[in-house]
Amino acid sequence: MSFSWAKTYEPKAPFMRWLDERLPLPRLVYGAVGGGYPVPRNLNYWWNFGVLAGIFLTIQIVTGIVLAMWYFASADGAFNSVEHIMRDVNGGWLIRYAHMNGASFFFIVTYIHIFRGLYYGSYKAPRELVWMLGLVIYLLMMATAFMGYVLPWGQMSYWGAQVITGFFSAFPLIGEPIRVWLLGGFAPDQAALTRFFSLHYLLPFVIAAVVILHIWALHIPGSGNPTGVDVKEEKDTLPFHPFYTAKDGWFAAAFILVFALVTYFAPNYMGHPDNYIPANPLATPAHIVPEWYFWPFYAILRAFTVDFILPAKLWGVLAMFGSILLLFFLPWLDKSPVRSGNYRPVFKRFFWLLVIDIVILGWCGGAPATPLYVGISQIASAYYFAHFLIILPMVSSFERTLPLPDSISSSVLHGEAAEAAPMGSKSRAKSAAA
Amino acid sequence: MVRFFGFLIGLGFAGVLLISLFSTVSTYVSSPPEATAEEEFHRHPKEVHFASDGPFGRFDKAQLQRGFQVYKEVCAACHSLNRVAFYHLEGLGYNEAQIKNIASAWQTEVPSVNPETGEPATRKALSSDHFPSPYANETAARAANNNALPPDLSLMTKARHEGGAYVYSLLTGYADPKSYRNKEGKALPAANQPGQNLHFNPYFANLNIAMPPPLASAGQVTYAEGNPAPTVDQMAKDVSAFLLWTAEPTMDRRKDVGLAVTLFLLIGTALAYMAYQNLWYSAKRTVRATGPLDPVNKAKRTRASKKAGIES
Repeated sequence: MSFSWAKTYEPKAPFMRWLDERLPLPRLVYGAVGGGYPVPRNLNYWWNFGVLAGIFLTIQIVTGIVLAMWYFASADGAFNSVEHIMRDVNGGWLIRYAHMNGASFFFIVTYIHIFRGLYYGSYKAPRELVWMLGLVIYLLMMATAFMGYVLPWGQMSYWGAQVITGFFSAFPLIGEPIRVWLLGGFAPDQAALTRFFSLHYLLPFVIAAVVILHIWALHIPGSGNPTGVDVKEEKDTLPFHPFYTAKDGWFAAAFILVFALVTYFAPNYMGHPDNYIPANPLATPAHIVPEWYFWPFYAILRAFTVDFILPAKLWGVLAMFGSILLLFFLPWLDKSPVRSGNYRPVFKRFFWLLVIDIVILGWCGGAPATPLYVGISQIASAYYFAHFLIILPMVSSFERTLPLPDSISSSVLHGEAAEAAPMGSKSRAKSAAA
Repeated sequence: MVRFFGFLIGLGFAGVLLISLFSTVSTYVSSPPEATAEEEFHRHPKEVHFASDGPFGRFDKAQLQRGFQVYKEVCAACHSLNRVAFYHLEGLGYNEAQIKNIASAWQTEVPSVNPETGEPATRKALSSDHFPSPYANETAARAANNNALPPDLSLMTKARHEGGAYVYSLLTGYADPKSYRNKEGKALPAANQPGQNLHFNPYFANLNIAMPPPLASAGQVTYAEGNPAPTVDQMAKDVSAFLLWTAEPTMDRRKDVGLAVTLFLLIGTALAYMAYQNLWYSAKRTVRATGPLDPVNKAKRTRASKKAGIES
């Protein structure tokens, strides 16, 4: 840890001393999530979602391992095995619904975590690698979620697999052979299902490994904070444990309560009824839609309807991949030295415009491809690219930012005595002037 | 460099999107899409309430038994229920002996093998068996139904939007295609009139369904003493309730556990929150990022006083 005042681990119990001398695991934990990690004292609740994402990854891995004990990856048996889990396995309905909704909640907290990073400039130096590793996690999550959705082998599973692997066939010459190679056949079938299951079991552990890198890279400069000002002195920080373990703890309990309410009382709300129909390669569903967390990208894909130099489908696929890949370049697209959106009045407006834009894209992506929705998603997609590639670089060069506080503690402590003093009193005015 | 290439790529994507938008709009203007008959005539399921609705709703076992009776005497002639086993009927309030009787008296026997000759044979169903299908296979089912396949009903209410209401609406929604008028008073176009062996039903996605109205008249099923009169509406409601149960027999258990978990988490969250408040008591007062002397708030105040014409 980089701060000189970070406490070092001092074992109290003899066993811990014994262990620490041979394998400094307690030391590692203490420095990572214990009293040895100083955290800015002014974090708001948007900073709780990283820990929550870790919690949901754990929930997914645990429930997933149990499901895999009963799940049967066969084109004939997959659907039946899921229904067997729902009906006859003790508590199987709970494990399966928790896994199904856990995926959605994992994306909810991850999206909030990403938007927090966008608003507070968490991608800026010296945390570029933290941001990029986070994007790698996000890409791995998308792949894992897609393959997991295929496993129940319902109608949407099957046709989703058909459509999404079909993206590759947009590329000229090499596209179709790649698609066939990925699927292990000309259409999704046993070969595709078995490999998706294998990879769906593997990737979460890859995600866990990248999460470790993500946290490691984060702990070098330490956590950011709502002011975006660097930590300067010990007064600016609090030890992670017990302060942030307590804050994360109660908030996680509250958030899991929301997760439980959905899992127990509306478990199919975020699902699609067609996935309770067994896969049928001969009957295409009326509207093929992916899971909600892919809707914005699905809208971007469908927004390209004109063959302009390249075929429309290839434009759509390039734009869809590009919409995520461009985020890797964000640290260099936005060169404003001020991190936090709190002190960037122009950036702030565009940020909220982007949030609205992505919500609109999501809404269009989930709707049928009628001219109205396609037209709206064309405007919204254009704004998405313009925001990151044109507006953001320009804003960062002309924007006049607000004055930053001298330090975290001066922003939050700013003379406690002054703040506590009655309004209009001398000491208050003095401190305000300073 | 990144910004330069980014700018070009951004212009490229946005440009192609604007061309696409232009084409969408011009197509829309030159040949506006006409509403299809499905859009004009397909109806959303009716409003109907089931005992199992909502977090506190639980299955009404008497209703499930009536619904099961409707399934047995009407639906089971064509529709399988192959994800449900006879022993699952415990959930309807039947005891072991009753279930044994129901299984052995079931109208379709279970395929098996003659132990002496090894030839295909059938035997009476046991409690451990799943409901046997009325047809030996898909081909037989289609042959008996003008090439239409009666779907398995086990998951029907989960496989449709608002499944319970959908089944109820479908069963009670048959209408005369000649005299039917939609909300705008429009008659069904000739192209969408039901063909041979098809029946008009506005609650069915493509408007014409191969299944003839299964519940034709009141009293088609005789309910036991003490039950409501078996009107078509009542029978449709009962069998829909039964199909809600077949789609998720564990629903009551899920909601019971859910209420306990909710209570547990509420208490846990409250305790954790108090622990947090207690721990942060000394640090808390100094942790307001948006206190009155924060630069953002100072700027806001300056703006506000300027607007109000107050010199600060």
